[in-house]
Order: sequence, then structure tokens, then C-alpha cells
Amino acid sequence: MLQKIYDWVDERVDITPLWRDIADHEVPEHVNPAHHFSAFVYCFGGLTFFVTVIQILSGMFLTMYYVPDIENAWKSVYYLQREVAYGQIVRGMHHWGASLVIVMLFLHTLRVFFQGAYKKPRELNWVIGVLLFFVMLGLGFTGYLLPWDNKAYFATQVGLEIAAATPFIGDQIRTLLAGDPSIVGAQTLTRFFAIHVFFLPAALFGLMAFHFILIRKQGISGPL
Amino acid sequence: MSDKKRVSRRQFLNYTLTGVGGFMAAGMLAPMVRFAIDPVLKTKESGDFVSVASVDEITNEPQRFEWTIDQVDAWYESEVQKTAWVYRNENDEIVALSPICTHLGCTVDWASNEEYPNEFFCPCHGGRYTKDGANVPGTPPTAPLPHFEFKVEEGMLYLGEAKESGGGL
Repeated sequence: MLQKIYDWVDERVDITPLWRDIADHEVPEHVNPAHHFSAFVYCFGGLTFFVTVIQILSGMFLTMYYVPDIENAWKSVYYLQREVAYGQIVRGMHHWGASLVIVMLFLHTLRVFFQGAYKKPRELNWVIGVLLFFVMLGLGFTGYLLPWDNKAYFATQVGLEIAAATPFIGDQIRTLLAGDPSIVGAQTLTRFFAIHVFFLPAALFGLMAFHFILIRKQGISGPL
Repeated sequence: MSDKKRVSRRQFLNYTLTGVGGFMAAGMLAPMVRFAIDPVLKTKESGDFVSVASVDEITNEPQRFEWTIDQVDAWYESEVQKTAWVYRNENDEIVALSPICTHLGCTVDWASNEEYPNEFFCPCHGGRYTKDGANVPGTPPTAPLPHFEFKVEEGMLYLGEAKESGGGL
């Protein structure tokens, strides 16, 4: 049945080359843990991507209950965690995954650094990777405020003060992030929510696509 | 088993990888899907009876009675106003009708249209109901107005949930 549907579409649109290009490629011996167990270090990039997928999915589901409003944010988080089936698990995935993604990303960076895999011709992909790291940190920073509890509030207060320490334009950056020169409140929460679920994910998708296209184009770096 | 039916190494790897991958995807998605469909599976608690009016106030003409209930909407609690049209019919029985039109949920009013002085009238699409709540054939509603469950205690009228009256013309 599935095969028939696939054949029907493939006959008309010729989709086989599309996924072949993505899925069919050789894994060199030196990155295959079945040949050299130490090659597991090559998994960290993929694991970062895997955890990112979990973050995207669990985040999408969390917004079904979450409200970015200072009156209701904490209450809605409390409700979805205490009253909704599996709420604790879905929020747990997003909460712990946020830390795990940074860990995986860091291990991936260490591997690329110590193997010298960033060297010519892959400098550009290293730069994109660093940008991805900053986007992830931004996602962590903006997501931290959303439960709107004391820890969230004061962490953001501190983060905004750090941003305000930028020379010359510090105050403007702070106001741009917080939505108000002095208050961390209603406008801060809506801004952080928008940045967290729309702006940074958009940047993340674009950079990830670029990152992966470059890997495929340049191939994985050779053995040490 | 003949050689033809043997599972090739490639097939075996395909099956195991699909199986393991499917198991991981299911483990990931199951909590999220259950989380999302929770409102559909939550059991609805039945509302309490609320004292609405004194029985003496009820006449043969439908009157609008209003009362408030405490509504818990997930993390938001509020007082919500409810309305009923209450009267005594020819057999001296109390009738309490919901004002929610069975067509598309607007609010009906008693005798609000001059052309139909003894009917419930819905201003949205001209739906009409006779005094006993039956929908008038040829107007948009396809079912009669819901009846409120009621009880009378110590001279007071208590109203509960509005139930579908069934039937329909």
C-alpha cells in the first residue's frame, strides 16, 4: 500500500533523487564506531541535532498551554505541569534538554577543535558553528525567563545588567531586550517569548541548514 | 528454510534500524501527544444546582432569570453569568429553557420580534422556537432549546445543567 502510494508519487514527481541525495552517502571507516570505537566522538554533532529536535517538538507542545503574560505565565506553567497528563514529562524534556543541548554542543566543539577539523577549507563551517552556539545560548537565556518565577526574574535582571554594561550603547541594548528602560515586566516577558519561539528558532534553522549543506559539500574531515 | 527466504544482512539491518528508530520516536512522541490531547480525555465534572429565584416569581409568561457560577477554566477562575427562561406551563409545571440557540449558539430572546410575539426569537439568523422550546420548522434551528435540570426546595428554584431536549422538527 505504502509502496504503491510512493510509486504513484515517484512516477509523477521523481522524488527518489531528492532523498537519495540526503540519505545515501558513505560513512568513511574512520568515523564509524564499528571499526574504531574511539570514533564515537563523531556522534556529538548528531546528538546535538537529536536533542535540538526534541527541544523543538516539546517546545511546540508546551505552547499549547503556556501564556506569555505576567499574570498567567507562572499559573499556566503550574497548571500544565500539575494538572495535564504527562505535563511533568514534556516540560521535563524541554527543561533538561536545554542543558543537554549545551553539553552536546560543547563536546562537539571540543572534538572539532582538538582534531583540527576546523582548518582550511572548513573555517566557514566553524564560524557558523560558533554562531549556532550563540543562538543556543540566546535560546537558553530567553527561555529561562518564561516560567516567570523568582529564579527566572532575577536571572534575567542580572542578564540585562550584563547587557547594559556594553560600552556606549549598553542602555539601548538593555531597553531593546527588556522593552522598558527600568522595568523587567510585562513587555520583557512578551519580548523574550517572541525571541524564544520565533526569532531565534528561525536563525537556528537557517544556520543549521547552512551547517549541514557545508558538511555534505566539503565532506567530513579525514582521519588524524 | 530455503536460501531464497533467508533475510539478507541489508534487510535485517533495515528492519532493526526501523524498529529501533520507531521505538525511539514513539517514546519521544507518546508523552507529547498524550499531553496535547488531554483536554479531550478530561472527565467533565457535573455542575451543582444553584438557587436562582423564588418559586413565587415564576409566572405563565417566560421570564429571564440570571445567576452566576464559579467557572474554573484551567488556570483562570472567574464568575460567569448564566441565563434561563423560566415559566409555568398550562399544567402548572415549571419549564426552564436555555437561551442558547441550537443553530449556531447565539442568544434567543422571548417575544423580541414584533412579528412573532409568542415565540423565542434568535436575532442572528432568524431562528424561532415556540413557547415550549420546540424549534419552528423552516427556520435555521434543527433541535429544540435545551432544558435546565431543576429542583424546588423550600420555595426556591434550583437550576443545574442544561440538557439537550431531544427530538426536533
